[in-house]
Parts: sequence; structure tokens; C-alpha cells
Amino acid sequence: MTVTAMKASEVAKKVVNNEPLFILDVRNGDAFADWKIEGGNIQYLNTPYFDLLDGVEEVVSDLPADRDVLVVCAKEGSSVMVAEMLSEEGVHAAYLEGGMKAWSEHLEPVKVGELRNGGELYQFVRLGKGCLSYMAISDGEAAVIDATRMADIFLDFAQEKGAAIKHVFDTHLHADHISGGRAIAEATGASYYLPPKDAEEVVFEYEDLENGLEIAIGSSKIEIEALYSPGHTIGSTSFIVDQSYLMTGDILFIDSIGRPDLAGLADDWVGDLRESLYTRYKDLADELVVLPAHFMIIEELNEDGSVSKKLGDLFAENHGLNIADEQEFRDMVTKNLPPQPNAYQDIRKTNMGKITPDEEVQREMEIGPNRCAVR
Amino acid sequence: MNADKVLDAKGLACPMPIVKTRKEMKAMESGQVLEILATDKGAKADLAAWAKSGGHELMDSQENGDVFSFWIKKG
Repeated sequence: MTVTAMKASEVAKKVVNNEPLFILDVRNGDAFADWKIEGGNIQYLNTPYFDLLDGVEEVVSDLPADRDVLVVCAKEGSSVMVAEMLSEEGVHAAYLEGGMKAWSEHLEPVKVGELRNGGELYQFVRLGKGCLSYMAISDGEAAVIDATRMADIFLDFAQEKGAAIKHVFDTHLHADHISGGRAIAEATGASYYLPPKDAEEVVFEYEDLENGLEIAIGSSKIEIEALYSPGHTIGSTSFIVDQSYLMTGDILFIDSIGRPDLAGLADDWVGDLRESLYTRYKDLADELVVLPAHFMIIEELNEDGSVSKKLGDLFAENHGLNIADEQEFRDMVTKNLPPQPNAYQDIRKTNMGKITPDEEVQREMEIGPNRCAVR
Repeated sequence: MNADKVLDAKGLACPMPIVKTRKEMKAMESGQVLEILATDKGAKADLAAWAKSGGHELMDSQENGDVFSFWIKKG
């Protein structure tokens, strides 16, 4: 029997469509506990490959016959070996092509809305890491917001759509993933905007992303308006696109809110975070569709694989927006925080241009979940 | 650190560093120390977890540039 490869894009389809899958994850126990492929209809078995070198008999009886079995490891090598061993025992199993690295880098573009005069808004869902990026396209021009490291995916997508990327924005200086914004701007000649308060140590040229900044794309003038909303970082800035969509960056998520500690000043910024959420956002129209820069749990995905919800619904349902007591709010976002993202200090330095690790090192730095929220 | 034997697993990708380490260890006596050189970044966590599950002791590890060195005492 031969072993077959399953691509990250095929796994993504299964996750989005909630199809059954059995994952035999052969990474070591710590790696599995820290970060794995999440999905509503996935069953798991974690047995490290080094415990299977004498034979796979002990796991064969645990594998189901009624759903696809996928062997997963960090980079692919061990999963191929285990899948081959299973095959010799007469069990058909696929392996994940490129391993968790490929899963971490896969982006699934989902159309989240129509803009006026035929424009389109796309969300790029990075299922493996929970990052969300955006591209607004109108009349042959595009703007990209919170792009992830895989710049080529955005460049190719814009080309497919016949659009020239004119503006690139980051809502804040990211700490959980490496931004592709600078690379996209350099490849296209687009302007790269960063909030100046986050960018004091940035060593390259950028445009100031200030409150009230208005950018239009295409001749139909889709407006992108900046709204200063500090709290996750002191510079964090939101966008209102075409008067209909609110891109909240890492300030507000679907089922959680941003954490204020990743740039080091949780106690100072907790007041800013509260004001952004409870005053600035409260003043906005309930009908705005919130598009965050992350999701944390697979339940936050809509049926089509997108991540979005109306602002009014979030004010009704999101626990982080419904804490009347200020001290309770302060305690929630400064105490008992989840662990900080892997390599977050080096990721921040990379996003400032202070260090330039090679691609392989950048991949390693991004391993693991994003952990930008508190619930 | 003194080792009874040295295994050069540089340039090998997962799972080979562990496969080779395991083979070398089988031929060694309890209490002897194997030094492993590897460049695969995943080797660090995996060797530690493998040693633990096999009853061996990861005595020390070092990083020199791209090369990781591990000293494992057979249990």
C-alpha cells in the first residue's frame, strides 16, 4: 500500500466544513499539548514517533475505520515514516504534507463582504495560528491590513484579482507573528503605515497611521478610516472600512478581548483598553461588522470559515465587554494571563526591523498558538 | 563532558537523529554516555522527551552556532 500526502489546504477544508478526521499526532507530548490542529469534528491520538520505532501495533487498534486517519508531525519526516509503518500493517493513513509548519503557514482567503460599486473585502484566515488578515479591493486598487509573513500569498492574490496594492497597514506592532506588511510594501511600492506610538524603535521608513486618517482606494472611493483605540499596545488603531466594517486589530475579538501586556505595560494600558472598548467602540454603530486580527478557538469561525460578528452582538455576548466593575476588568486583563506567545520579544524586534532572522528561523519563531487575548 | 561514544547526526532531519541515537544506545552499556551532534532544531525537545520515556538521562546540552550537542547517559 502506498501512503498519500494530505495538503494543509485539504485539512483546512475539512476544518471549515466540520468533516470528520482522526489525527495521529506523533510529535512529543509537550508540543502536542501546546499547539495542535483544531477542529470541531477531529479526534486525536498523541503518540510520539520515537515510541513507535519498534512498531505501530500498539496504536493500530486505536485507529478508527470509519474516518480518515492523518499522521501529523512537526515537519513531515516522522509522519511519513509512521504512515508507511501503518501501511505495512494494512492501515491506510495519510500524512500532513509539510507538517505543522505548513499548517501554520496556510492561509484560506474568504470573501467577507461586498463594498460599494463592486468592491470586495477578503479575510485571510490562518487556521493554524489564528491570525486574520484583510484585503480590500476596489476598481483595480487594493489595501492590505495586518498581513502575515507569507507576503507572496497576498501579492499573488492581488494579481489574480487584477488589483495593484496601494496601501499596507498594520493595526499595531505585532508580537505573536511576523508582519508581511513591509515586504508587501517593498514589492509593490505601496505605502506602509504603522501607528507611530508603536513604531518608536522601528528602523525603516513608514507612514504615520494617525487617528482620523482617511484613505480611499479605487475611483469608487472606498474609504478606510483610522480610529485610535489603544490598549493592546499604546498605538493600536482600528479601521472603519466603507462605513460598514470595523477592523479591531487585537483590541476586540469575537469571544475575548485583547491583552495589554505583550509590549510590557499592562498596568499602564489597562485604562486605555477599557476606554477603547467601553467608550470609543460603544459610540460606534451596532450594525458595524467586527473583523478582528485573530481568533482563539475554532468555535469563533462562522459556517463559511470566516470570523466576523456585528458590534451590537458582541456588546450583548462578549464577556469582556460586559464587566461593569472597573477593578474587576483591571484584574481580568492583568492577572492570570495566558503564557506569552513563543519568541514574542524577537518577533517584535523583527517587526521593528531591528533583527532580520533568515526564513527558517522566522518559521520557528512563529511556532505555536497566538495567545493575544484574555477571556 | 566526557562521552564514551560520539554520534554525528548533523544534517539529518527528523526522525533520523532519534533513530540513530536509539540504535547507538542499544549497543552501549548502562551508565555509558553518548554524545550526539545534531542540527535539526526539533532534536532538542525530542531527545529530551525520548530519553525520559526510555529511562535515560539527558545530562547536558549545548548550542554552538547551528550545532546542538547532547550528552545522554544510558539508563
